[in-house]
Amino acid sequence: MANIFDILGPVMVGPSSSHTAGAVRIGLVGRQLFGQQPDKAVVYLHGSFAATGKGHGTDRALIAGLLGMRPDDLGIPDSFEIAKERGMDFVIEPRELRDAHPNTARIMMEADNGKKLEIQAYSIGGGRIRVSMLDGMDVNFSGETHTLIVRNQDQPGCITDVSTVLNLCGINIATMQVFRARRGGSAVMVVETDQVVPESAIEMLERRQGILKVTFLAAI
Amino acid sequence: MSYQSMEEAQERCKREGIEFWKAVQLEDADERDVKETDSWEQMRGMWQAMLDSIDNYDPSLMSRSGLVGKEGGLMEAYREEKDTLCGDYMAKVMANALKMGCNNACMKRIVAAPTAGACGVLPAVLVTYFREYDVPEEKMIEALYVAAGIGQIIANRAYLAGASGGCQAEIGSGSGMAAAAICHVKGGSTEQIAAACAMALKNLMGLVCDPVGGLVEVPCVKRNVGGAVNAMAAADMALAGIISQIPLDQVIDAMKEVGDRMDVSLKETGIGGVAGSLRAQEVVKKM
Repeated sequence: MANIFDILGPVMVGPSSSHTAGAVRIGLVGRQLFGQQPDKAVVYLHGSFAATGKGHGTDRALIAGLLGMRPDDLGIPDSFEIAKERGMDFVIEPRELRDAHPNTARIMMEADNGKKLEIQAYSIGGGRIRVSMLDGMDVNFSGETHTLIVRNQDQPGCITDVSTVLNLCGINIATMQVFRARRGGSAVMVVETDQVVPESAIEMLERRQGILKVTFLAAI
Repeated sequence: MSYQSMEEAQERCKREGIEFWKAVQLEDADERDVKETDSWEQMRGMWQAMLDSIDNYDPSLMSRSGLVGKEGGLMEAYREEKDTLCGDYMAKVMANALKMGCNNACMKRIVAAPTAGACGVLPAVLVTYFREYDVPEEKMIEALYVAAGIGQIIANRAYLAGASGGCQAEIGSGSGMAAAAICHVKGGSTEQIAAACAMALKNLMGLVCDPVGGLVEVPCVKRNVGGAVNAMAAADMALAGIISQIPLDQVIDAMKEVGDRMDVSLKETGIGGVAGSLRAQEVVKKM
């Protein structure tokens, strides 16, 4: 449900809330999930993003987001040049993605230390987005609320571990989704919370058996 | 839960003896669990962003396609030098609408109201009035609550995206919001606010979304002028005591029905309307 500042707002750099502001958010959420500015990024634009993205500055908006800019940053039109200054290499290509929403981007991020992350997200209008894929696994979240992402082995007890640790830290779970590639394989939990998840909780979780990686995305 | 109808909002206003803008603010504070003062400050931020955006217009900029950019400057120069048909005040409204539309197309900072493509309508109507008549800023922030509350009802009953309901949902809604907002500034009652909005929406009902090359440039920039001028006319009618024979909620429902029946080629696909013209096709080929 849209609040009044979704109706009047966002304050953003034009020309399009879906193709520009939403694209900045996709890049920004990608960067936050990655935890740092990538050294190299490959971006695929699908559907309407591919067809009209250039005229809407979708390409520059995505790169601006990866650089940590927000949708109202006046540096968005110059993001390509800023990326060069900051040493971020990038490639942007149109690409037909299967079963994807018309305003979809896929971003493959890489750091020089070998760290990698791939996300896919789409823009739903009004500057709002949904992340639909994380390292090849289906997910569904917006980044508008605090979000905890837990990668784990698909085995009994992982969900209990997460809810127990959050409970110990006084954190209320707003929504929770679980996804898995196959039975007993890799799985992902997307937990939207009412409070910020502290570093200590993340460390506690990462020590639990079966939990592989924990990422916290503060509301953007 | 935000207001699903103008009727529901009006009932609350009557029951609690409050103005429409206040009903919108109370609802926002309740829904997002924030203080009324925090909500107010956030709205003041939106107002300031609108003032800044108009002031930061640069007539030397062009959009990435090269189709728009200088229109705001041309209109302003014409107003200063010549006798305009619409009069000096309306020419200022038109110039401000164009400046905002151009700012948006040229990747400058704007406030989506309700969308980026329609960002010029509300500031053209409100900022021009604020600067001409020196009214307290508080009144303008109240007016933004009126606009947002109306927009929310439209979003709940119909839509605000050109891709969903055509341009009537974007410039049309923006015009309805602006008509209601300026009606409040001029001291209109809740009934007059609703009537102003209803008349503005009816006048733009059926407007298609046909952007050349799919870009928010042609005809979007100039449609902000249409939306702003229409909003002023609708507000004046309401303030004159002219009522809308169809209640606002039913007008919004009709707009939804029209949008649902609208062919997909006329809903932001860049296929039908002026987007399908020969000239548009030539432009697209060159891009």
